[in-house]
Amino acid sequence: MHPAYSVIIFTTTSGAGYGLLIGLALALRLGIVPPDPLLGFFGLGAALALVTTGLLTSTAHLGRPERAWRALSQWRSSWLSREGVAAIVTYVPAAVLGLGWVFGEVMPGQLAVGASLSVLCALVTLWCTGMIYASLPTIRAWDQPLVAPIYIALALATGSVLLTLLLAAFGYPLRAAAMASVAALALGWILKARYWMAIDAAPRTHTAEAATGLGRFGTVRPLDPPHTQSNYVMREMGYQVARRHATKLRRIAAVLLFAVPMLAALLLLLDGSAPIQIAIAAVSTLSAAAGVLTERWLFFAEAEHVVVVYYRGGSA
Amino acid sequence: MTSLPAHTEKKLGLVIDLDTCVGCHACATSCKEWNAGGYSAPLTDQDAHGADPHGAWLNRIHSYEVGEGEASRTVHFPRSCLHCETPACVTVCPTGASYKRAEDGIVLVNPDTCIGCKLCSWACPYGAREYDYDDGTMKKCTLCIDRIYNETFAPEDRIPACVRACPTGARHFGDLGDPTSAVSQLVQEREGFDLLPEMDYRPTNKYLPPRPRRDSQSPSTAPATEPALPRSTGSLADQFFAWADKTLAR
Repeated sequence: MHPAYSVIIFTTTSGAGYGLLIGLALALRLGIVPPDPLLGFFGLGAALALVTTGLLTSTAHLGRPERAWRALSQWRSSWLSREGVAAIVTYVPAAVLGLGWVFGEVMPGQLAVGASLSVLCALVTLWCTGMIYASLPTIRAWDQPLVAPIYIALALATGSVLLTLLLAAFGYPLRAAAMASVAALALGWILKARYWMAIDAAPRTHTAEAATGLGRFGTVRPLDPPHTQSNYVMREMGYQVARRHATKLRRIAAVLLFAVPMLAALLLLLDGSAPIQIAIAAVSTLSAAAGVLTERWLFFAEAEHVVVVYYRGGSA
Repeated sequence: MTSLPAHTEKKLGLVIDLDTCVGCHACATSCKEWNAGGYSAPLTDQDAHGADPHGAWLNRIHSYEVGEGEASRTVHFPRSCLHCETPACVTVCPTGASYKRAEDGIVLVNPDTCIGCKLCSWACPYGAREYDYDDGTMKKCTLCIDRIYNETFAPEDRIPACVRACPTGARHFGDLGDPTSAVSQLVQEREGFDLLPEMDYRPTNKYLPPRPRRDSQSPSTAPATEPALPRSTGSLADQFFAWADKTLAR
């Protein structure tokens, strides 16, 4: 599948934003961070800025972005529509939490309710994002049970790295955040490694013979193409990354997204001076960002659509 | 609404005969011509006179080589929307622009509400939907909805443009939900089949398989036995002709 930059940036940026929102809400709820209005302002501000940037970037993928509001209507059948609805709904508890955190509670329990619902809504949104891909039986690498859980796990992993950086910048104790970060990164790594094994092992069940119904006469091989220049179907669905490049990129993604941030989080668990801690957390964030962009690019580039069998024969 | 109708009154669709299709692309070009001005207009091309011309077409004709060696054959294979009974392209649509009509089963895109998110094209295993880069919306076969119900047309023209254009009569249009219709009977008779049946999209359009080759086993068409040649006398002239025959036959 063609790796569209708008979708890559959208899913990674808003993913990290929701992860940070979940991290902040949980940290406040569990008393790991103090109810410092400045931390709330910059923390939740950063989370919502990331989410909003991602959502706005996603409209760049549309042929008619001015009609984007229409995408909120078909939540009964469409995961994309559900994601849009869930993303907008999430702003409500996030606002309740943010206003309570920054300006103080208007109602008793505002922070608790806002935080709990923020976590829930953000998780639902992330699940919907994953299901957009996981619900397509036409793409072997996406039609996998791990796809949606990985979207959540990577959002938590990147969000926790951001939370650690935020706490380091504010000079708050970051032990708990760093430990949560190690756990989220480990979970993401395990799931992603299992996913890569699963897609390598997944059988190519759809053949050119079944796609044309001509298998009864033998193997089906393309003779004359239907057009001389690549059409939309080939540009969008026919994109393919070379196998050896994919292997290399998987390794790069694993190192940048999981190994470096985990090492950084472990270093942060040792005591250090504030500037060193901020530097480590910043490096960790940059590495995770580059890693998750590579991972998401590969998620598209490695995915093969069944329609390619019409153009190149064989199986997909 | 992108939820599917529980059932459709008719199942309008095409039956495509892979035995008689000669791969002339007349169905594709007449489809492009009709739809560039009809319901799907504009059906744009990009870089039409440049180095990389491409555009949205609703019908594509592949040619395949099938089978091995002497038994192999060339099969021309038109590919367009199959107007499936359970089309995921419709249910994934976030805006309701894609829908399946309850009255005749035609799968359509509303060009006024499509946002061009392209998700429907990802959901279609048949590559039936093409994105119009200029219009920013998705285009697909409409089964010439603006012809088949057009009462200003002569009755014989109230069929899809591709069916009208086919010079070999390889394309048939009708109600596949009615078992007594001509198309249903044809499918029954010729053992018409679904593409990628295992994906369970339940296509309405059917394909008819190529007929058996004429040189296959049947006695009337079996190759004639070689006429007996007069025995060689072994003369030098005979040996020369035998050598020449063998050489030229190579």
